Amino acid sequence: MRDFAALFETIDQSTKTTNKVKALARYFQEADPQDRLWTIALFSGRRPKRAVTTAKLREWGAEAASIPLWLFEECYPVVGDLAETIALILPSNSTTNTDSLSLWIRSLRNMNNVEEPTQKNFILNAWAQLGGTERFVFNKLITGGMRVGVSQKLMTRALAQATGRSEAELAHRLMGNWHPDDTTWHELVEAEDASADASRPYPFHLAHALEDGPEGLDDPANWRAEWKWDGIRGQLILRGGTHFVWSRGEELMTDRFPELARAVDDLPDGTVLDGELLVWRTAKPTPESFNTLQPRIGRKTVPRKLLKDAPVVLHAYDLLEWQGEDIRHLPFAQRRDLLETACAGLPPEAAVKLSPQLPFTALNDLHRYRDRARSAQAEGLMLKRADSPYLAGRKKGDWWKWKLAPLTIDAVMIYAQAGSGRRATLFTDYTFAVWDGDALVTFTKAYSGLTDKEFREITAWVRKNTLQRFGPVRQVAPHHVFEIAFEGIQASPRHKSGIALRFPRMLRWRHDKPMSEANTLDDLKELLRLYG
Amino acid sequence: MSRDPVLTFTPAGIYCPAGDFYIDPWRRVDRALITHGHSDHARWGMGHYLATHEALPVIRHRLGDISAEGITYAEERMIGGAKVSFHPAGHVPGSAQIRVEVAGEVWVASGDYKVIDDGLSTPFEPVRCHHFITESTFGLPVFRWEPQSVIAAQINDWWRTCAAQGKTAVLGAYSLGKAQRLMSMLDPSIGPVLCHAAIESTNAVMRAQGIRLPDTVLAHKDITAKTHPAAMVIAPPSALGSTWTKRFGPQETGFASGWMAMRGVRRRRAGDRGFVISDHADWTGLLSAIKNTGAENIYVTHGYTDNFTRYLNDSDWTAQVVPTQFEGENLDSAGSEGE
Ligand SMILES: [Zn+2]
Ligand SMILES: [Zn+2]
Repeated sequence: MRDFAALFETIDQSTKTTNKVKALARYFQEADPQDRLWTIALFSGRRPKRAVTTAKLREWGAEAASIPLWLFEECYPVVGDLAETIALILPSNSTTNTDSLSLWIRSLRNMNNVEEPTQKNFILNAWAQLGGTERFVFNKLITGGMRVGVSQKLMTRALAQATGRSEAELAHRLMGNWHPDDTTWHELVEAEDASADASRPYPFHLAHALEDGPEGLDDPANWRAEWKWDGIRGQLILRGGTHFVWSRGEELMTDRFPELARAVDDLPDGTVLDGELLVWRTAKPTPESFNTLQPRIGRKTVPRKLLKDAPVVLHAYDLLEWQGEDIRHLPFAQRRDLLETACAGLPPEAAVKLSPQLPFTALNDLHRYRDRARSAQAEGLMLKRADSPYLAGRKKGDWWKWKLAPLTIDAVMIYAQAGSGRRATLFTDYTFAVWDGDALVTFTKAYSGLTDKEFREITAWVRKNTLQRFGPVRQVAPHHVFEIAFEGIQASPRHKSGIALRFPRMLRWRHDKPMSEANTLDDLKELLRLYG
Repeated sequence: MSRDPVLTFTPAGIYCPAGDFYIDPWRRVDRALITHGHSDHARWGMGHYLATHEALPVIRHRLGDISAEGITYAEERMIGGAKVSFHPAGHVPGSAQIRVEVAGEVWVASGDYKVIDDGLSTPFEPVRCHHFITESTFGLPVFRWEPQSVIAAQINDWWRTCAAQGKTAVLGAYSLGKAQRLMSMLDPSIGPVLCHAAIESTNAVMRAQGIRLPDTVLAHKDITAKTHPAAMVIAPPSALGSTWTKRFGPQETGFASGWMAMRGVRRRRAGDRGFVISDHADWTGLLSAIKNTGAENIYVTHGYTDNFTRYLNDSDWTAQVVPTQFEGENLDSAGSEGE
């Protein structure tokens, strides 16, 4: 555990990517293979099966620290992380235990099937034998979420340095639903037959945001344009007579979208499509808004009525595997041709549709498309180089997303609440209101978009201008105006204002505006009429 | 008619009716008793100041031409009907708890304090009293300080590693107290210690009053990584990440504060390294200090007042939150952990 904790500390403390990669690469060379495997797993969000409930952890933590449970519960939001809270409240001691990471994980797993007193004994013992970062790491093994600023990209780069294999190959190997319990370091990283897993998706190629419009691009003939759909990015895999649906977040979503099962009959085996999952009712010219898709996302199984009300279709815009061959190296234009061939014979009721390309000759045409995007239920345009291969991750230059300018409204801050984790000591979560006659009606919360400096400034102001406290929430004097940006708006009977926003965030702090000049509820209703 | 309490909490600060004076007032008053020189305690504009002889030079340095008088630790003085004395608070050199006695009833206003000996400040002394006014900057059990020697080793290891890699170590710390404490923890065999002007001027005031500090160099504009390789630079937090540090070449930055105990804060504020060290008492320090006063009535200011007060009440003290209009001790309103 000591080596892993040291690695964790190095990565956690370092602000420089090269140092993180160097530390990781060395660990991947020197650590025990089982520890390496678990390290990849932990840093990519996998974790041992939870052996102990967090309720028990809190209770035992408070007991071991000789503090009442209520005080523990008050500490938790200040620290913002349960594992860290426990590590901090226990009296400090130095680590006396030398067991490896994977040995600790094995011991933890053994706690799954034992009586509570044995569990408690094990946990208390572990806390007594582990100090500092080791204690924190141990707690994280139980609570999960070892987020440490190691992106998939960074990890594959370190693995590539340590093993001499290419980053693209490693990225592919790390995709999918593997778990350290069912594989080994050798199998995952080194074995030659790595493609054996039929469900394994390809890493998604991500686009960069085009901030200033397409004028900076070269010859329009080199580019292809598509709508940037406002749904869920998904990869549909047809292999071995069955199908798998993956989200961009590497979540297997096959069961959530049973509509896609029929793709096995409509398309040949050995096909992998990249596209957008959208609610699209037959015979409608445009997909439904993201709001309609929302209820489908959270459900692992779909009730029949929902399936009927919100039918999902995959709008395919890229082809990654064709006739069992990985064709990601081919230029986009060629992949697109093959994609059109593949989709040519699809019946109208198929669950896969071809996402159209938007023909253009001059850059000006692109501006016209973008202006129409909202009515097409798109959130902007995608611009792809005709000769671009399908790369893993976010690579600059080949793919651009040119999003619509967000909708905005000026609102008055009236409640503030402390953030969590990193921002537990700052007031970062605000509730905003607009004018309804002489009254201010709340309509949204927002908690990002300002700089740390601004958050500090507002935090100091909130402390001095609190009117009332409701638990962690402070009602503040209405005074400051913020420009709130959002991606969509819909009617919502659950909200006092009658509307709900999508992705609200603070665009800027309007020092220049007195609160009397903030927008009104009527302004919001007009936006709802136009864009709801 | 009931008698006036010995100390009361007013919009101008802690007030003693019997002696007609204030302790660490934040509005202009005639007579101010000052616990120590930090800006949230020693403010400008009072008619007359009283502080310890050790604290006064820095207060004068910061506030300029003021009417002020010094007092020795434990020296008793009558002010009106109140008997007043100052006792070591261990917070920074010269810092004091102020004891006020009227008709046999004893109150102590602690100001800021820590109970461990930092090797620089006169160590904290518990003062028996009936009513104790305590700070609670770090009044949650997540704050538990490691011994100073452990932190000293961490800082020196970091400095040594930086020096070996040809980098300058730049450490952010508050200019009064924390900076001098850190200086005295450094291993001078590693390299030279350079101080930002704001810190070096405080060093000069302290040296002139006879406080022994290790040798340091004023980091004026001609001092660079070339003239002083392998250096440790101590600078106020505001100077970190500014153009001022450019001249020190390749560098790592560290930050020394009690708030660094929390990973989230460390990642957000520390630069490359965060060191957990504070001039305020930690959770166990606060509780032991309170216990040792023998006081039954505790008034909690500055910090996690609500939770700390509730805990004290659960533990058979009679505690209450003192409303402060001024919250100067927070991580995010002060440049460092508060003063
Ligand atoms: Zn203070
Ligand atoms: Zn202070």
